[in-house]
Amino acid sequence: MLTLENVSFEVPAEQGQKEILRDISVTIGDHKFVVVTGPNGGGKSTLAKLIAGIEQPVSGRIYFQEQDITKLGITERANLGISFAFQQPVRFKGLEVIDLLRLAAKKQLSVADACQYLSEVGLCAKDYIRREVNASLSGGELKRIEIATVLARGTKLSVFDEPEAGIDLWSFQNLIQVFERMRERTDGSIMIISHQERILNIADEIVVIADGRITKQGPREEILPSLLGTTSAIDACNKFYGEGGRR
Amino acid sequence: MDRIQQRILEEVAGLHSVPEGAYNLRADGQTAGRSTTAHIDIISKEDGSGIDIRVLPGTKNESVHIPVVLSRSGLKEVVYNDFYIGEDSDIVIVAGCGIHNCGDQDSQHDGIHRFYLEKNARVKYVEKHYGEGDGSGQRILNPGTEVHLEEGASMEMEMVQIRGVDSTVRTTTAELAAGARLVVRERLLTHGSQKAVSHYTVRLNGAGASADVVSRSVAQDTSYQEFNSRIVGNAPCSGHTECDAIIMGQARILAVPQLEANDLDAALIHEAAIGKIAGEQLIKLMTLGLTEQEAEEQIINGFLK
Repeated sequence: MLTLENVSFEVPAEQGQKEILRDISVTIGDHKFVVVTGPNGGGKSTLAKLIAGIEQPVSGRIYFQEQDITKLGITERANLGISFAFQQPVRFKGLEVIDLLRLAAKKQLSVADACQYLSEVGLCAKDYIRREVNASLSGGELKRIEIATVLARGTKLSVFDEPEAGIDLWSFQNLIQVFERMRERTDGSIMIISHQERILNIADEIVVIADGRITKQGPREEILPSLLGTTSAIDACNKFYGEGGRR
Repeated sequence: MDRIQQRILEEVAGLHSVPEGAYNLRADGQTAGRSTTAHIDIISKEDGSGIDIRVLPGTKNESVHIPVVLSRSGLKEVVYNDFYIGEDSDIVIVAGCGIHNCGDQDSQHDGIHRFYLEKNARVKYVEKHYGEGDGSGQRILNPGTEVHLEEGASMEMEMVQIRGVDSTVRTTTAELAAGARLVVRERLLTHGSQKAVSHYTVRLNGAGASADVVSRSVAQDTSYQEFNSRIVGNAPCSGHTECDAIIMGQARILAVPQLEANDLDAALIHEAAIGKIAGEQLIKLMTLGLTEQEAEEQIINGFLK
């Protein structure tokens, strides 16, 4: 499905270049659920952006369904079947939720179909379908709408960048169920960047990225035990008590 | 009416044929059609400078269409339309002006509208401007609007000008008595070297009067926009004005919201924001498979919806 081969990424720094990712090689197989975890600032979000085409690697290659997509732009990759859910969903003055879902589905989605996607992410559809995707929506609501746009696309690969970031505990607990359902039903492959133990628990494979490198990679049964109790696999309460946590 | 005029009529008033209810259609400086109802009368001014529209008290759920079409290059006109809206009536007025200019002379229509709403009258007013034609002559529209609201009267104005008009100076003044309410929604898109200026002065003279004047605009290419909105609170009242603009290319925008409180209990608020389309908005829509240009169009269409 998706293969990254020796991918590196740098940004300009005061002196020369600063390395963000180095020599990343990952494969996401068909119908796999892969969770990427690791400390903050380790390069996880950059990895997601490289897959979506928002950033371009300085070296290495990216293949999607055997096609080399390294040089392709965001639009082309999206149309090949890659979806990307932002860590901080974007707001649009004037665009309504149904407009966004229709753009995502690339068809004149009926209200009933659009409502279906909203229900999937736990939003009461009739309250939201005509809402503007603007500052009147809370962080949790925006996150759900963002996930609904990815569902509406129904692509072969969906990448979610920290769906838990910036939302309250109540919304988060419900959101995990959305991913659990997605895990059960979805046809395509899913990659989620997350620190959440409950998300890690449903992974087929886990990739740990720290300081721009892959430090661990393998099936959940192999990787997860070594992560429990670290910041790479926190439970929902620890998320709200900070690093190290207390119960 | 010829086909060009019919098409422009459809653009400005959404009309495919003769509208229901009262109407006065003006084409190239002449009256091209008129209809009145039992409750709404339209009378030409004696000096020929325009029309008076009289709506009887208690008239409900009726509409008046007064579209203007200019298809001859070089035509310049000033027209005065006065609306007298009786007590407790509730009507819709659809105005609008379309210019087709493919000649090299300027075409200009300056419509001066005066509204006198009696107690508790309600009006929804829709005005659309449209210009087309590939001539070098300018398409110029300078609407002047005066609104007088008696106690408890309310008026909602929707003003739309999307592309096509080279130069506009819009001047709107309103006087509100106790309990009267004014809502203005302006939507504007300028491109090329177009220029659009809007001046609003709203005086809240009676207790409980309220006004909400909001403009959303997009300025592209080298166009210039000026939004000058002034709300004066002369009584315990509430007023809000807002200008929200997207700037593109080498366009320029001047936003001048002004508030004047002459009463301790005048609650007045203004907001103004000018900014380009956020890069992350484009990226989000591109991750849904849109090209950058399609993404830009969607953002603008949504913003001006």
